[in-house]
Amino acid sequence: MKPFTIHRGKTAGIDRANIDTDQIIPKQFLKRIERTGFGQFLFYDWRYLSDGTPNPEFELNRPENEGATILVADENFGCGSSREHAPWALQDYGFRVIIAPSFADIFYNNCLKNGLLPIRLDKEDVRYLLRQSERADYELTVSLEEQRVFDDEGFSRPFDIDPYRKQLLLKGWDEIDLTFVYEPYIQAYEQQHSLRP
Amino acid sequence: MKPKTIIDKIWENHVVYREEGKPDLLYIDLHLVHEVTSPQAFEGLRQKGRKVRRPDLTFATMDHNVPTINRFVITDEVARNQIAALERNCREFGIPLADLHSEEQGIVHVIGPELGLTQPGKTIVCGDSHTSTHGAFGALAFGIGTSEVEHVLATQTLWQHKPKTLQICINGRLGKGVTAKDVILAIIGRYGVGVGTGYIIEFTGEAIRRMSMEERMTICNMSIEAGARAGLISPDETTFAYLRGRKYAPKGEEFDKAVERWRALASDEGAEYDKTIEIDASTIAPMVTWGTNPAMSTSVDGVVPHPEQFESKTEQNAVRRALEYMGLKPGTPITDIPVQHVFIGSCTNSRLSDLRAAASIVKGKKVAPGVRALVVPGSQQVKKQAEAEGLAQIFIDAGFEWRDSGCSACLGMNPDIIPEGEHCASTSNRNFEGRQGKGARTHLVSPVMAAAAAIYGHFVDVRQLEAEPVC
Repeated sequence: MKPFTIHRGKTAGIDRANIDTDQIIPKQFLKRIERTGFGQFLFYDWRYLSDGTPNPEFELNRPENEGATILVADENFGCGSSREHAPWALQDYGFRVIIAPSFADIFYNNCLKNGLLPIRLDKEDVRYLLRQSERADYELTVSLEEQRVFDDEGFSRPFDIDPYRKQLLLKGWDEIDLTFVYEPYIQAYEQQHSLRP
Repeated sequence: MKPKTIIDKIWENHVVYREEGKPDLLYIDLHLVHEVTSPQAFEGLRQKGRKVRRPDLTFATMDHNVPTINRFVITDEVARNQIAALERNCREFGIPLADLHSEEQGIVHVIGPELGLTQPGKTIVCGDSHTSTHGAFGALAFGIGTSEVEHVLATQTLWQHKPKTLQICINGRLGKGVTAKDVILAIIGRYGVGVGTGYIIEFTGEAIRRMSMEERMTICNMSIEAGARAGLISPDETTFAYLRGRKYAPKGEEFDKAVERWRALASDEGAEYDKTIEIDASTIAPMVTWGTNPAMSTSVDGVVPHPEQFESKTEQNAVRRALEYMGLKPGTPITDIPVQHVFIGSCTNSRLSDLRAAASIVKGKKVAPGVRALVVPGSQQVKKQAEAEGLAQIFIDAGFEWRDSGCSACLGMNPDIIPEGEHCASTSNRNFEGRQGKGARTHLVSPVMAAAAAIYGHFVDVRQLEAEPVC
């Protein structure tokens, strides 16, 4: 996993609640057997019109959002299907951070496993960022070390993250390698419980 | 001793390692695998030269991509590759697989219980959000992403923080024509798609106790639609009776011993939950969704709402957008919504009792002109039994298409897709934009409601219909 320490980038806002993973990456693109190359299909049904041309109405197609690396959206982002293709697509498109008032549990975990940082902020702060995101020149800095989101205009907010996940992200560690360290405990558990199918 | 919930008991039984400041390392008793969320996980193992630690606690099948007619002729090359990849991976890593030739093949959340792999007290994971289905047996079952699939394959464990506990108690009895599907849709409709976020739900109360295992599976299946990672029900005699004699369930004396252990798992009298919601079963009516998330629903005798009825601007905008997508006008009676497609299937409602209930409405009648109706049994075993009981013939005589098992039109990864702009009465679990096909307009309903919609060409209140005995 790519480590995450500090990131500065442009924000793009999608002012909708309950954005589900079927929207983030529609099912017809789940048949690939690689982890890469999903960015081109991100938000496909919203991003493109029926004739395959970009939908000018869709937020990410607006010129001011070009090159954005921080996505801001309303509550319950990533609900629905457990498909990890959703964070893969967001990341492949270029996003490093997602900010919302709340996230669906599985999606939140899936992001952390891929070095894509999901940040929960208060509703009012998210509203502020959604408004700011309408500007082409607005940039935000996210420091994972300090657990803080700030801009150059005086906005600065702390955010919560599980300390264990934070360490993995900062170091970019492979979690499976770490878990192998606990192999004796796993073996002991299996002996105690004489597990069978 | 302090009374405990079943959630506490299962959790404590599975902690492999605990340390301050870290999630718990939990042991996983059963890992179910399917073709869509596993290829990248197996590839990860291969790249690092890792093995599957417990292939004997792992079980695979293919369900998402499989065609439901001519199942061996997969014309979509990418889908074919994904299915071939699962076969290859299972062979290479020694994982048992119910493939397309197997009589045991079916939707992963239908076959787990059917084969008796799903048992009380187990921790069960699968790279699929509807893994919560298995909670009906008093198992702690939740969906995971592909990185976690790889982690479980390699270590048979997961690092997990214990979620909070939410009790949803359904008191009293359900009325005629009201099903488990209506109960879960009503819960989500009343409390929202985020009510369970951060929680594991335990469903309790008289209405739940009176339900069959298949009805309980429908309830737990849609816990994820309420935002909860898992939903479960304490096991009881209904659970044990269902499991007795199943292929992978314990046999003979072992079974009786297992029942003693399982019985002790049930939540203790007086156990405390972080939150409790109580619902009176008699207030629940047959439900129909009118929008693009499962909370956007009303009873069949209701109308499509006005956006102004909703409190926040965000909600109003979401409703406006949903109604535009669905092509519905505020104030339209639900029973006036015409239906062009009917889909009876999915891990929510494709089991034998669902098909029996639907057939009781369909028997001796014809599908309305202009309606295309599909029955996709949840597994090949369900299919076989439904054919033996004569249910298949009832559907075929009425003009339904009778298919092989798979996820099918629930998510349209195979050729079963609902065309743009058309309305589908669907027994599945998600009415998201584009879920059943780009521009498809999904209405989530129970199997009896779907069957009735097929006959009349629009929604009807099943409480006013007579069911015919089918078996």
